[in-house]
Amino acid sequence: MKPGSYTSDEMMTIAAARMLRNGAICFVGIGLPSAAANLARLLHAPDAVLIYESGPIGAKPPVLPLSIGDGILAETADTVVSTPEIFRYWLQGGRVDVGFLGAAQLDRYANINTTVIGDYRRPKVRLPGAGGAPEISTSAKEVLIIVKQSRRSFVDKLDFITSAGFLTGGNARERAGITGGGPVAVITDLCILRPEPESRELIVSSMHPRISREQIRLETGWEIRFDAECVETAPPTADELDALRDLQARTAAAHGHAESAA
Amino acid sequence: MAHWVSLHEAIATHVHDGDFVALEGFTHLIPFAAGHEIIRQGRRNLSLVRMTPDLIYDQLIGAGCAAKLTFSWGGNPGVGSLHRFRDAVEHSWPNALAIEERSHSDLANAYVAGAANLPFTVLRGYMGSDFERVSPHIRTISCPFTGERLAATPSVRPDVAIIHAQKADRKGNVLLWGILGVQKEAVLAARHSIVTVEERVDSLDAPPNACILPSWVVDAVCLVPHGATPSYAHGYYDRDNVFYRQWDTIARDRDTFHAWTKEHILDTADFSDYLRVQSQWNTRKALR
Repeated sequence: MKPGSYTSDEMMTIAAARMLRNGAICFVGIGLPSAAANLARLLHAPDAVLIYESGPIGAKPPVLPLSIGDGILAETADTVVSTPEIFRYWLQGGRVDVGFLGAAQLDRYANINTTVIGDYRRPKVRLPGAGGAPEISTSAKEVLIIVKQSRRSFVDKLDFITSAGFLTGGNARERAGITGGGPVAVITDLCILRPEPESRELIVSSMHPRISREQIRLETGWEIRFDAECVETAPPTADELDALRDLQARTAAAHGHAESAA
Repeated sequence: MAHWVSLHEAIATHVHDGDFVALEGFTHLIPFAAGHEIIRQGRRNLSLVRMTPDLIYDQLIGAGCAAKLTFSWGGNPGVGSLHRFRDAVEHSWPNALAIEERSHSDLANAYVAGAANLPFTVLRGYMGSDFERVSPHIRTISCPFTGERLAATPSVRPDVAIIHAQKADRKGNVLLWGILGVQKEAVLAARHSIVTVEERVDSLDAPPNACILPSWVVDAVCLVPHGATPSYAHGYYDRDNVFYRQWDTIARDRDTFHAWTKEHILDTADFSDYLRVQSQWNTRKALR
């Protein structure tokens, strides 16, 4: 790779990492969210507290975990609590600033489906299901979503709402009694989307370098809109790329292959 | 009071056709040896519950042991789908599988309620989701004091809970540490319990607040070294990530799955025999 060049996946992980502020208490999903949150910890957010649903609080893994319950999370945590405790005292207890989630599918109001494609009783594709997301998305003070953008993932209508975003838009989320603030940004390999203030519909607020509006339209299953003040995402810095690539190389060496590096 | 018995005897005594069975362990300490023994003894029509079905329930479902599954996340962690689980749900193969789907937060709460001898649990959960629409087990209630709308779901009270732990002493007091998941709650929620352990020791030498299950809440303790592999036992061995990836290929195809299950589970005498066959299989794969 030429010096200064980077992949769209690297741009996505780095853009997502930038969103996590130092000191935030962050409930982390496995895969892309975990990669972004740990990258943030290595860069500008050394005091971010990473909580994994398997029980580790304040995990500082030197390599990315392959599963949500890898031993490295327990070994590097400030404390390890049981799974009921993590959900009852720490998440539902209101101690989480940021829920960092992935998604199989999402819609224009940042509702997430990880349950089924097709009819619930006779699914075309049975997805893994809820995990911790339904309560992370409603109990965390705010939510970040990281997902690769395509017509398969960005759909006009979800077959099933596993985890609430802004539901049907406007103040539907508040009317449903949900106290957590909901998604503040969706970070993809093409752009960053944010909910529009009134409608709460996701609109493109920042496009990654070299990405065109046409590309974004092509990879979105609804008529996507762009913020009037849409900007270009700052390209990855050398420090950001070095930190991400080192982390991925360490992870690949630890797990014996490259795919797990997210 | 816990009795030290063989795993064969523990499963034969405590797990019956049609039982409601929990095999717990959140990525860590997954009781694979016990799952294999249930397959080996040919149990049928089990109602299985487990937060993360993982490979262990993919094996039980593919082998035709299960009629129902209660779960909250059914994937191969870090790899992808559970193909036997999906084949059962999508194509009723090898038999139809009823599912009761919950979230992690709910199912963890439901074990707590079960352990506390309560009929249901209350949580601030599922808000805005479609779960209530498809599941009769997820209802909404009003707080009698504030009127707040909350989710109510039935507690989990298995006939038998099975877990794996690091150590037990000669009396059968059990010690586990690391990522604890819902193992303690599962044992306390169940009518009977079986614990497989890495080691039998004279003394647990544990600090006062350690996670210990006293002998008198456990029915059977079985010495099964490596009994959680391919998951891991903190302080003993690592997760076999290579096998988790290999499973994707084994389980994707019905015939490949059957051949693997026959050679590794049905045709082996016990888990130590399985470990021997599995290590030969790995050597063969490496040479190929």
